[in-house]
Amino acid sequence: MNETKPRTLFEKLWTRHLVQPASDDHPAVIYIDLHLIHEVTSPQAFDELRRKNIPLRRPDRTVATMDHSIPTLFDGAEPLYSDDKTRAQVDTLRKNCAEYGLRLYAMGEAGQGIVHVIGPELGLTQPGRTIVCGDSHTSTHGAFGAWAFGIGTTEVGHVMATQCLLQRQPKTFEVRLEGKLARGVTAKDLILAVIREIGVDGGRGHVIEYTGSCIASLSMAERMTICNMSIEAGARAGLIAPDETTYAYLEGREYAPRGDAWAGALADWRTLPTDAGASYDKSVTLDASAVKPMVTYGTNPGMSVAIDEPIPERANRGEDAQALEYMHMRAGERLIGKSVDVVFIGSCTNARLEDLRVAASVMKGRKVAPGVRVLVVPGSQEVKRLAIDEGLDQVFRAAGAEWREPGCSMCIAMNGDGVAAGELAVSTSNRNFEGRQGKGARTVLASPLTAAAAAIRGTIADARELLDSE
Amino acid sequence: MMDAFRKITSKTAVLPVDNVDTDQIIPARFLTITTKEGLGESVFADWRNDPEFVLNRPEAEGARILVAGENFGCGSSREHAPWALVDYGFRAVVSTSIADIFKNNAVKNGLVPVEVEAEVHRFLLDHPGASVTVDLETCELVLPDGSRAGFPLDGFARHCLLNGIDQLDYLLQQEEAIARFESSST
Repeated sequence: MNETKPRTLFEKLWTRHLVQPASDDHPAVIYIDLHLIHEVTSPQAFDELRRKNIPLRRPDRTVATMDHSIPTLFDGAEPLYSDDKTRAQVDTLRKNCAEYGLRLYAMGEAGQGIVHVIGPELGLTQPGRTIVCGDSHTSTHGAFGAWAFGIGTTEVGHVMATQCLLQRQPKTFEVRLEGKLARGVTAKDLILAVIREIGVDGGRGHVIEYTGSCIASLSMAERMTICNMSIEAGARAGLIAPDETTYAYLEGREYAPRGDAWAGALADWRTLPTDAGASYDKSVTLDASAVKPMVTYGTNPGMSVAIDEPIPERANRGEDAQALEYMHMRAGERLIGKSVDVVFIGSCTNARLEDLRVAASVMKGRKVAPGVRVLVVPGSQEVKRLAIDEGLDQVFRAAGAEWREPGCSMCIAMNGDGVAAGELAVSTSNRNFEGRQGKGARTVLASPLTAAAAAIRGTIADARELLDSE
Repeated sequence: MMDAFRKITSKTAVLPVDNVDTDQIIPARFLTITTKEGLGESVFADWRNDPEFVLNRPEAEGARILVAGENFGCGSSREHAPWALVDYGFRAVVSTSIADIFKNNAVKNGLVPVEVEAEVHRFLLDHPGASVTVDLETCELVLPDGSRAGFPLDGFARHCLLNGIDQLDYLLQQEEAIARFESSST
């Protein structure tokens, strides 16, 4: 009977990677297919291996890149580090990768970029895989039907040493999104609306699977934006079942299977989606067609409103009150018209080619408003190359934006790219926490479309007014 | 090496804020290190500018138990957050709910995540500086009146904390099963 019991996508992923089942005394031992590492959360894990004299078990399943603390400005070929510490982090990663024989996509090299952009781009991210990284936005890779999650540095060491992690089985949470997104509404708006609905801890203890007709209609870039922000709802991972869109994206990519192996992989991947009749521990359904462009007003990603809605009156109380004070905003007012100092288009949430195209569609033939500083940071060398091929860099430069080298940049603001205290930034990144983009910086999270509109207008604006009429 | 943890009695430092994210616990500008040491002086760096902030108040001095609002430790997976809290001197965090990745990181560094019911939490928020005991042998929080509130903790994580065991040692003992899994799946 057990074999015929309908199972969710997550249950299948769990079972496939079970090295040892859980007992009362021990969590399950889960096999990790792919370990992505970067310069900020790996050095202490390498030190631990050396201290214990343990080899790195599977260099062939470990891939490194540089993204978090690297500069996005160069003087010729010379990266302009913000300080000696960030330079030391990058040098440490380079040395560690050489010592352990790991594939490193180093700064400036083809293939380098934000870890959650390059995994899919290289075809490393595949349906059915377990993928971990010392970064909470590893949930991004779940867009391919992979079980992907962020871990701390101690667990980075566990994976290096054993290619396994200890896990208790999470619960499952279906977020069903039906209908078609309205014009001028993007995946970013949709996920912000979802987080507002379920709360910043609504996914705690759960793996979210996004289902429904809206999800089925989205591109891989859009699906990655959705899964990327699962962690902002506190979820242990985000998942989307693989389908023809997934396979079309992957076919022919560097690490994707080829020939007979591709056919075999496809046949296997088609068995992954949740079976009819399988049940989730909880479910919620949202009408995606009713979602409007969203902006955050507070200091966590759940504090958001539609662009034309006022900040709710409940925001006068408790945690929200502290957030509004920090943001210099008031309950009852709208964000439209607020003066903007900085616009950031980038991050693992929104720095893919499609995101840059969307932003460029608004900025083309227009000028950045006086006094606004605009940074456009492609997610990877590959995104940069393709964007240049299409002339997008010229669109941004002609408008008066800065076109930078790939990296995390102003999303985490540890490389010298940052927002000054008191400045208001409209950012396509994922976190509007206090000080996230710099001490005292005020962050409004939004889509690339809304960010581009803010750049042109110099204020928070409804991008739909700037779209070409069709 | 992680110290064994059985029981700790301390006054509390109370931070009555919900959704304290790891960017507040340790801002990203302090992540440009390649070691774990010395982060304690930067814990809650931006909030500590405020002289009224709890850690600046004399009554919180020496507190080893932090009481905070719900969903503590949300956001980034940076293990620098528990490193910073432990380096500062905390050995337990009490809340109604603690974010998954933070909780997972905390137990590997000798920081006990204590999730309690709303009523107990309310009492602690209302009585900053109260002397309480985190008893890991019974998985209970002992309040000043001697009453005990149980808290959930994964049995294995508890075992490792109680005995100062590195979880990696257990994983390394699974070598045979891991090798078997690898040969059967490729």
